[in-house]
Amino acid sequence: MNPVMALTRRELRSYFVTPVAYVFLVIFLVLSGILTFYAGDFYDRGIADLQPFFVMHPWLYLILVPAVSMRLWAEEAKSGTLELLQTLPISSWQAMLGKFLAAWLFIGLALLLTFPIWITVNYLGSPDNGIIVAGYLGSWLMAGAFLAIGACLSTLTKSQVVAFILTAVVCVLLILAGQPEVLDFFQGALPRKLVNAVAHLSMLRHFEAIGRGVLDLRDILYFVLTIVAWLAAGVLVLDLKRSH
Amino acid sequence: MIETDKLTKRYGHLTAVDALSIYAEPGQVLGLLGPNGAGKTTAMRMIAGFQAPTAGTARVCGYDVRKEPLKAKRALGYLPEGAPSYGEMTVREFLVFIMRVRGLRSDVGRRRFDEVVGRLELEGALNVGIDTLSKGLRRRVGLAQAIVHDPPVLMLDEPTDGLDPNQKHTVRQLIDAMARERTILISTHLLEEVHALCNRVVIIAGGRLRADATPAELEERSRYHGAVSFSAPGSGISQEMLGRLPQVAGIEVDPLDGRVTVFPKPGERILEPVESLLRQQGLEVSEIQLERGRLDEVFRQITLGSETEAHP
Repeated sequence: MNPVMALTRRELRSYFVTPVAYVFLVIFLVLSGILTFYAGDFYDRGIADLQPFFVMHPWLYLILVPAVSMRLWAEEAKSGTLELLQTLPISSWQAMLGKFLAAWLFIGLALLLTFPIWITVNYLGSPDNGIIVAGYLGSWLMAGAFLAIGACLSTLTKSQVVAFILTAVVCVLLILAGQPEVLDFFQGALPRKLVNAVAHLSMLRHFEAIGRGVLDLRDILYFVLTIVAWLAAGVLVLDLKRSH
Repeated sequence: MIETDKLTKRYGHLTAVDALSIYAEPGQVLGLLGPNGAGKTTAMRMIAGFQAPTAGTARVCGYDVRKEPLKAKRALGYLPEGAPSYGEMTVREFLVFIMRVRGLRSDVGRRRFDEVVGRLELEGALNVGIDTLSKGLRRRVGLAQAIVHDPPVLMLDEPTDGLDPNQKHTVRQLIDAMARERTILISTHLLEEVHALCNRVVIIAGGRLRADATPAELEERSRYHGAVSFSAPGSGISQEMLGRLPQVAGIEVDPLDGRVTVFPKPGERILEPVESLLRQQGLEVSEIQLERGRLDEVFRQITLGSETEAHP
């Protein structure tokens, strides 16, 4: 078996033999439901779509994704198994990819388990299911980007708490980067081009674009590049740590 | 084959391993000896590819750990210090995971799995979570992980640390049985282990090579090598006469149990003259022994004598 696959399987299994998976799934499903119906005005809007559901995802991920990603490397460093893993014939890239894939598949599973809300909206009206599929895809891509950030930052420390906080901070910055308030703040201080660049870094902007059902290659590329860049940075940290 | 070539690791101003060059070939069990903090673990971590050398390099089966790390790792079985493993997995899951990452084909894998589990007597623990195992069992799981792919080179960092005498014996038998065609490097600070296992010893202190010899050669460096010791109550007069023998350099008496040790002059053999003298005196000797030399004394002499120059 390919070492990446072997590692992905091991990681996925470890979610389910420890309470991590169940705690995460329950909280994710409960919170996404509550937020959709209460905070998102699912009924009162009178529109048959999942907009109120998806709009809460960035904020849900902000808390839940760092909780999944914090242990990826910090736990191995703390328990000493990092030495075991890094002396097996598996490159840092393969190890990073294996761990990331396991976490991403896991969050994908959590997303799939929200299907009752999709059934509900189809029962109540006739939504555009293409847009809903695009919304799920955008949500999963955004979760992947958050996870990649968390995987990278988890290599920096032995402490899972530190990894959690660092990841949450970076993610909130990336969510807020496109908000008008933030852009206004930069407007006076930075040239217009830089302000535009900051706006383009925003997760929300790309996530909402995909959520509208417009599958623009640039939005997808944004997430893919974000994932690759952060994973590469994590691999770099892993390799740097070996020579220090 | 394990070979290190001026292997060096520096952490800031501290030099943990200093231009260490050692060599071990198939059939050899090389013991890496040294006081705690001598650099044994750091040296092994560099050979295993967990840490990158600051300078110099190491080769495993001819593969340079810096240039071809994956090939070197494939040829190596490694038990890290403290035998880390994934606590939430069962022994079976853990070994299967290691075999998968190492890319063992399933038919070969099944045979190796059975063999290793049998050898390390893990049958009873296969479906138990590693977290709940005793220290001795966990160490055996670590060993199983290291040998499951039948590697030509084996490196074990303190393989018997924390085991009881019976478990130590089992592990030593296992290493002995595997030694024939393999290259084995073990680190230890237990001198008894050297006698039990190693056919060559490398002593390091302060990160530097201090001695590279067979256990017998090391013993010859001891001032006890060739000395004769005996216990005989009331041997006061004969001690004086022993001191006058031409081959004898000196005599020491243990103040606690009265045991007499007679040291030879360099190159002299003194067992026979001492024995015949004692017989002439009609002394009742309860036990007499020709000493091979004391490793602990040689170890101290080598590692302490050079401490001052280690960190200038």
